[in-house]
Amino acid sequence: MTTRWTRKDLLGLRELSADEINFILETADAFKQVGTREIKKVPALRGKTLVNFFVEPSTRTRTSFELAAFRLSADVINISATTSSLTKGETLKDTARNLQALHADILVLRHSSAGAPQFLANRLKASVVNAGDGAHEHPTQALLDLYTIRERRGKIAELRVAIIGDILFSRVARSNIFGLLKLGARVTLVGPSTLVPREFEKLGVEVSHKIDDVLPQADVVNLLRIQHERQRKEYFPGIGEYIRLFGLTKKRAKLLKPDCLIMHPGPINRGVEIDSEVADGLQSVILDQVTNGLAVRMAVLYLCGGIAT
Amino acid sequence: MTATVIRNGRVIDPANKQDEIVDLLIIDGKIADVSQLSTLNSQPEEIDARDLIVCPGLIDMHVHLREPGFSHKETIESGARAAAAGGFTTVLCMPNTSPAADNPSTIAWIKDRAAAVACVNVLPSGAISKNLGGEELSPIGSLAQAGVVAISDDGYCVQNHEVMRRAVEYARMVGLPVLDHCQDYNLVGNGVVHEGYWSILLGLPGWPAAGEEAMVMRNILLAELCDHHIHCQHITTAGSVRLIREARARGIKISGEVCPHHITLTDEAIQHFDTNYKMNPPLRSQTDVDALLEGIADGTLSILCSDHAPHAEFEKEVEFDAAPFGIIGLETELGLFLDQLVHKHNKIDIARVIAMYTVEPARLLKIDAGTLSVGARGDVTLVNPGLEWTVSVDRFESASRNSPFGGWKLKGRAVRTIVGGKTVWTL
Repeated sequence: MTTRWTRKDLLGLRELSADEINFILETADAFKQVGTREIKKVPALRGKTLVNFFVEPSTRTRTSFELAAFRLSADVINISATTSSLTKGETLKDTARNLQALHADILVLRHSSAGAPQFLANRLKASVVNAGDGAHEHPTQALLDLYTIRERRGKIAELRVAIIGDILFSRVARSNIFGLLKLGARVTLVGPSTLVPREFEKLGVEVSHKIDDVLPQADVVNLLRIQHERQRKEYFPGIGEYIRLFGLTKKRAKLLKPDCLIMHPGPINRGVEIDSEVADGLQSVILDQVTNGLAVRMAVLYLCGGIAT
Repeated sequence: MTATVIRNGRVIDPANKQDEIVDLLIIDGKIADVSQLSTLNSQPEEIDARDLIVCPGLIDMHVHLREPGFSHKETIESGARAAAAGGFTTVLCMPNTSPAADNPSTIAWIKDRAAAVACVNVLPSGAISKNLGGEELSPIGSLAQAGVVAISDDGYCVQNHEVMRRAVEYARMVGLPVLDHCQDYNLVGNGVVHEGYWSILLGLPGWPAAGEEAMVMRNILLAELCDHHIHCQHITTAGSVRLIREARARGIKISGEVCPHHITLTDEAIQHFDTNYKMNPPLRSQTDVDALLEGIADGTLSILCSDHAPHAEFEKEVEFDAAPFGIIGLETELGLFLDQLVHKHNKIDIARVIAMYTVEPARLLKIDAGTLSVGARGDVTLVNPGLEWTVSVDRFESASRNSPFGGWKLKGRAVRTIVGGKTVWTL
């Protein structure tokens, strides 16, 4: 392998080359092995300090990063919006500068504003790893999705991937689109026209509002959480109609090819975007995604943390 | 008696269709007939304007001077200095201050402050609605008596068409033009950037073109209904240009203005989340930029301005969607427009640029400015149209630094600003 990692930060997949994405995935292979050993810990980041800075609530992503950091022997502190001085009116910039003054090496940031990780990366010596910024990018989620597809199907190029649900507000969708296209997959976005506007076609994907036409062709379906509680009500009439038009029901799941993978970044709304039995069925790789997320995040922290010195 | 003679300049006075190399005389703060030069009983101040353009003092009818209430961003004093450094002798300040300029005492305060500290003419505008709330009319007649020359809720937009209709009718009675920041709140929602390719790519909330055009259309209908002038502020979209063009062809009293950032930048500039590219209305697509240039070329858009919107560094140095909208512009706008409209795109000639900064806003606002007629106020700007210079944000007179144009190489700028016969700024 000739690719070398030269980036201090991981802000998104749009800025990465296919080689860089593959390099992360191959690095993750090695770390996945570590997870199967009796002693699941390596000294790669010993002596380094990682700050999990979550300005927007998250359980699984934060836990996954925390565990990844522990397994790399880094020292970890967690700061959430409610425990930080942001609630006292301190700016993001000042909070981050204080963390830098404490010699944090890696900052994992979850934030509700698109571009917040880039804002900090431009101003800090520490590595910044984007753990989800607004509706912009969630690169480690897309990397673990790519890893899971590659692991199960042996390749990504030429596969037909359907991403279904709320695309407009989804950082997971955007990072997946960028990563899948760079690795040669064919991507179709599916959902109501209000949440999957036609402008997405300019990114190089197909847009469909008819899930039944898309499912039989798909090699992978990635279902996104429908966040009705967060959305303004004009985007779609209601959950009942959403299920009728776009839910992956048991009946619809029969349209899928037998080897089609069913993915979901979680947390799942059982009975909304996906029927409970489908989520737990043989084609579901939802829990593999969680396992692989750990390996992918170890790879990302290892690579970025190695540059930050 | 004090006298100043500006020698050998190319005098361009669009109000009088003058464009010739001639001397210009100012006596006791007023433009005088140059023949009086021989009868002066003392030696006048001599200004050599060879190779320079001598034009009426420029007017920027859309600036935020931030006082009262936000003097950490700008003051009337610093904003006036920035105006002078940009070649402006008259500015119209917007009413979104704290308290809002929706009452005669705030107007009186602004006028007193300007008289005490401003080196250029500062004209106040008054709010259309109380506290810029869009619901109740402000005392527009009292504001007129207090000296406002226009009303606007700039930064906000009256959403209720009935309230706006009555404001326009009432403003007609007292002879004030109505200026409108065109933004439909429902369509725009929490949008922070132009809705299009880049908003989709970056996941930033979109501000659709239709959000502006819906209100431009509303204003056209109300201008026709009330037979009174409505001026659409900072126009940004191809659709708005088309609507205004069609309405003006039908004789409707509607007009539009353009800011330099909307013709020099597109929404592509937001891709690194730099908040100096965040303004309201937002940077739009190349199609919109091209339409604005055509609108300027054919006279549909008749006024140039900056929407000078100072913000402190700590306010702009935040997450993109948390940052306030707006950039400063007084010290770069003339250079940008000369560089782009005259030199780069060859859309209009320099006389038209000057007209869009002088006679056009003066006629709209019905103010005694924007001409070099004998007897007019001795407000004069000297412009070097070919001077190449580099924008240096650190050298701005403005109290703020929020400009995306630092480092830009421009051709053309003001070199001397004269207010009432006195040089208030020189390069």
